Amino acid sequence: MLLSIQLQREFGALLLAAVAACVAWEDGDVWDYDGHKLKDSDFLALWPLPQKVQSSAVSFQLSASRFQFTHAEGSSAGSDCSILQNAFRRYFDYIFGFTKKDRDQRRRNAAGSEVLELQVAITSPDAECDGFPSLTSDESYELSVDQPSAVLKAPKVWGALRGLETFSQLVYEDAYGARNINKTGVSDFPRFAHRGVLLDSSRHYLPLKVILANLEAMAMNKYNVFHWHISDDQSFPYVSRMFPDLSQKGSYHPYTHVYTPADVKMVIEFARMRGIRVIAEFDTPGHTQSWGFGQKDLLTPCYTGSSPSGTYGPVNPILNTTYDFMAGFFKEISTVFPDAYVHLGGDEVDFSCWKSNPDIQKFMDQQGFGKDYSKLESFYIQRLLDIVSSTDKGYMVWQEVFDNGVKLKMDTLIHVWKGNEAQYQAEMARVTGAGYRTLLSTPWYLNRISYGQDWRDAYKADPCNFTGTDAQKKLVIGGEACLWGEYVDASNLTPRLWPRASAVAERLWSDQGVRDISDAYVRLVQHRCRMVERGIPAEPLFTGYCRHEYSGV
Amino acid sequence: MSSRCNLRFLIPGLALLLGGVPSVLAVWPQPQQIRNSAERYSLSARAFLFKHADVSAVRSGCDVLDQAFTRYFTLIFPESGGGGTGDTGAALINTLLHCCVYMHSWNLILNISGLESLSQLVEQDDYGAYYINKTEIEDFPRFQFRGLLLDTSRHYLPLQAILKTLDAMAYSKLNVFHWHIVDDPSFPYQSRKYPDLSKKGAYHPFTHIYTQTDVRRVIEHARLRGIRVLAEFDSPGHTQSWGNGQPSLLTPCYRGDVPSGTYGPVNPILDSTYVFMANLLKEVTSVFPDSYIHLGGDEVDFSCWKSNPDIKAFMKKMGFGSDFTKLESFYMQNIVNISTMLNRSSVVWQDVFDYHEINRPRYVVEVWKWGCYLCEVRRVTKAGLKVILASPWYLDLPGPTHDWARYYNVRPLAFKGTEEQKKLVIGGEVCMWGEYVDATNLSPRLWPRACAAAERLWSDEVQTSSVDQAFPRLTDFRCRLLRRGIQAEPLYVGHCKNEYQGI
Repeated sequence: MLLSIQLQREFGALLLAAVAACVAWEDGDVWDYDGHKLKDSDFLALWPLPQKVQSSAVSFQLSASRFQFTHAEGSSAGSDCSILQNAFRRYFDYIFGFTKKDRDQRRRNAAGSEVLELQVAITSPDAECDGFPSLTSDESYELSVDQPSAVLKAPKVWGALRGLETFSQLVYEDAYGARNINKTGVSDFPRFAHRGVLLDSSRHYLPLKVILANLEAMAMNKYNVFHWHISDDQSFPYVSRMFPDLSQKGSYHPYTHVYTPADVKMVIEFARMRGIRVIAEFDTPGHTQSWGFGQKDLLTPCYTGSSPSGTYGPVNPILNTTYDFMAGFFKEISTVFPDAYVHLGGDEVDFSCWKSNPDIQKFMDQQGFGKDYSKLESFYIQRLLDIVSSTDKGYMVWQEVFDNGVKLKMDTLIHVWKGNEAQYQAEMARVTGAGYRTLLSTPWYLNRISYGQDWRDAYKADPCNFTGTDAQKKLVIGGEACLWGEYVDASNLTPRLWPRASAVAERLWSDQGVRDISDAYVRLVQHRCRMVERGIPAEPLFTGYCRHEYSGV
Repeated sequence: MSSRCNLRFLIPGLALLLGGVPSVLAVWPQPQQIRNSAERYSLSARAFLFKHADVSAVRSGCDVLDQAFTRYFTLIFPESGGGGTGDTGAALINTLLHCCVYMHSWNLILNISGLESLSQLVEQDDYGAYYINKTEIEDFPRFQFRGLLLDTSRHYLPLQAILKTLDAMAYSKLNVFHWHIVDDPSFPYQSRKYPDLSKKGAYHPFTHIYTQTDVRRVIEHARLRGIRVLAEFDSPGHTQSWGNGQPSLLTPCYRGDVPSGTYGPVNPILDSTYVFMANLLKEVTSVFPDSYIHLGGDEVDFSCWKSNPDIKAFMKKMGFGSDFTKLESFYMQNIVNISTMLNRSSVVWQDVFDYHEINRPRYVVEVWKWGCYLCEVRRVTKAGLKVILASPWYLDLPGPTHDWARYYNVRPLAFKGTEEQKKLVIGGEVCMWGEYVDATNLSPRLWPRACAAAERLWSDEVQTSSVDQAFPRLTDFRCRLLRRGIQAEPLYVGHCKNEYQGI
């Protein structure tokens, strides 16, 4: 209680704003904490904030029975574009979800003040309706809201999806429950091309429903990468067609705690519909205990003295069978996951088991590695990278691979995750200094929790805050919010992730200059209520309420 | 007082001894005495019955038990109609046909606790057949007051979230729901006598309130699970939301000689204040049947009282000097007197005790501040007053679940004092303050961490001193909670047979 009081003081002004909002129902007039009369439109909470918004006080109504999404004349996408058709249905529900059938259509409907349609125009010849989003996808769009037609223009469907989200966020409910939208112009594009969320389905199995719900929430926050950390020490839930024993013997349960090929397909398609890439991570040579159950001789036998101890260490890097297996396995992965990148992990390799094994020591001598086991790790990674390159995939790796001096192709993406602020900034400088592209996760380990509003720390971090040239800064492709699974499963994942991941989403989408934390608070409070209304149990930022509380208890 | 519950499984016919002891014998919280053997009996959903034993003081018609039978039947047999009937290929020829509920005392709560233990003893074998090992349990709680506080003012909690929490409390044998129903941010209790309090003080006058029907439903839901509902109407601080619906209740703050337009704590110098409080508390005691009422009294900010010239004049008249703790004590004394007149025992936060050094009324003190909380427990019991301990169990401070051990390792009686003093510690409670908690994250933040406190408050401390031994039992119990639809978060890596199916 003591803490709460201090925080209430700190946020006194913001609290009053919330109280002001709550009297809106009474007389339609709302006052902010400085005594200014607020309009409904002041409660619009665009999140993440678009690059450019021009809004006016002129408002139009939207009627659930008349409003339509249409394909503009000359658009390169039509009604056979399933991405858009699905998005129309989704956003219609979001916009009109709580309205009952509109019986009294005359109410407050002065002549002409109605938006009847949103025309969607895909302006480039190939809309990419049937494609997959990629690192280079164009997500820009322009939105102009006017009556009787609003127009959304985007070069590709990916931008149209982002524009539809913005359009749905512009719609607000007036005191009579009617849907309104103000005359608005938006011109928008993402600051970073790679805006990801990592979920860990190995420490705990995540039912499909949870993954899909979070893809839904990601789309609401304009995320575009689902980094699927699918396997790790604890379990191997991915059902491989070529090596079915991996999940048969390595998952928590071979039928109820696995992802079948059909499940994986569903995740990928569900994500594609929302403009989200699925990047699978199969982390090796460490973090692979669960692989050992279904793949004999893959892991290094550890020794106590001169005899095997019965335990196993990282992947055994000295056997040809290891590389035969990896070649077969990653060939399958490259066909199952359409994205141009696969994440190969490479983090936190424990050398003690390698050190204990006499065969490994002999191999080290032969290769002239001396006692430097990071050279052995590099040896393994190098060969793995060659295997993956032969499948025409690019790869992402955790920063250790770079730190250990493994020779990497120039299109490798280095994923920075370690250290404190100074350390990760120095690492970003080193990685980009060496000419590699990079993305940041260190400040966004959302599995770490603390009392109070820790979203603010996530919000303040910026991937470009390091000492380097403009050319170096251009090599930063974005970042990822990570939710590691040691203490997280379906029971607590969604409220732990949202709205804290929303803070990261704005950092990665909006202009670098969008940093006003109190403005962000006001918008984020409303954005979290919007997520709650849409069925996502996003936890509260602080004391207050949503008009429609979470009802999925 | 005979506050013990015996649980014996009476088996007709011959018992067949089976090899092997079941993997985890998880009854949470740990019963005072449990003796089990490898002897197994199968349970059939079709044949199993609850019966009132011949010697029982209660027959059917006792709705607490009749409804508990129904509830626990579905908890024991989640897939109704399933269960082994002897044709599963297993050699379980003895079937437990009924569980006699034997009422030793008039205390229904304990017998419901017995049903809870019974339900936790039932396991399913690899074939899905239900079985139970031959077991004898003798059990009673270590502390009579095992509470859980929810705060419905910082965030409104929909009724469903409260009812679900009561279910989970019963599974952990917690027996007091401390309803911190109002506070500064909102006043969701809909008063019959003063409807303006919620009309103007709630977040929303229709969707974010508790109607009289809602309150009755909570009380009845709790009663059927052997849970008391302790309502808290915290004053004189923490009352900003009251002021919207009750003009002149709060103290006008002054800037220099003029009112600043803001308000402070309840105004303790007006007769009208006490008339209002007496009326409100009279209503509250007619709505909430529990013999305790929580009057709050914590964290009163004196700056507004200090600014107000009328208050200063009153202080002078009363000879309080400039000691505003005396003014607060004066106020609390009056409020406690009202509650006493209404035949209620008062519970107050420790601040009231700390300010009040002479002529303390006989209230129960809830210790909540950090630091040496056992020093405070010692002081309070030395003064001969009863104590409820909350300090070590503030679960709104999140922290990953693995720190459940810090709630488990609490030793509520580890202070220097006489036997009489120790007896004055009537129990403890976990607090879930609402600044950062609403229906979206309440359950996983509460469970299973609150279970750790529940065992501390129910079980024998010596038998349950090992975190390592508790870990597998709690892991197992957490999966049981999931199976029963309680959104309890994981303790660490691993899995449950039945994962949480929501999002």
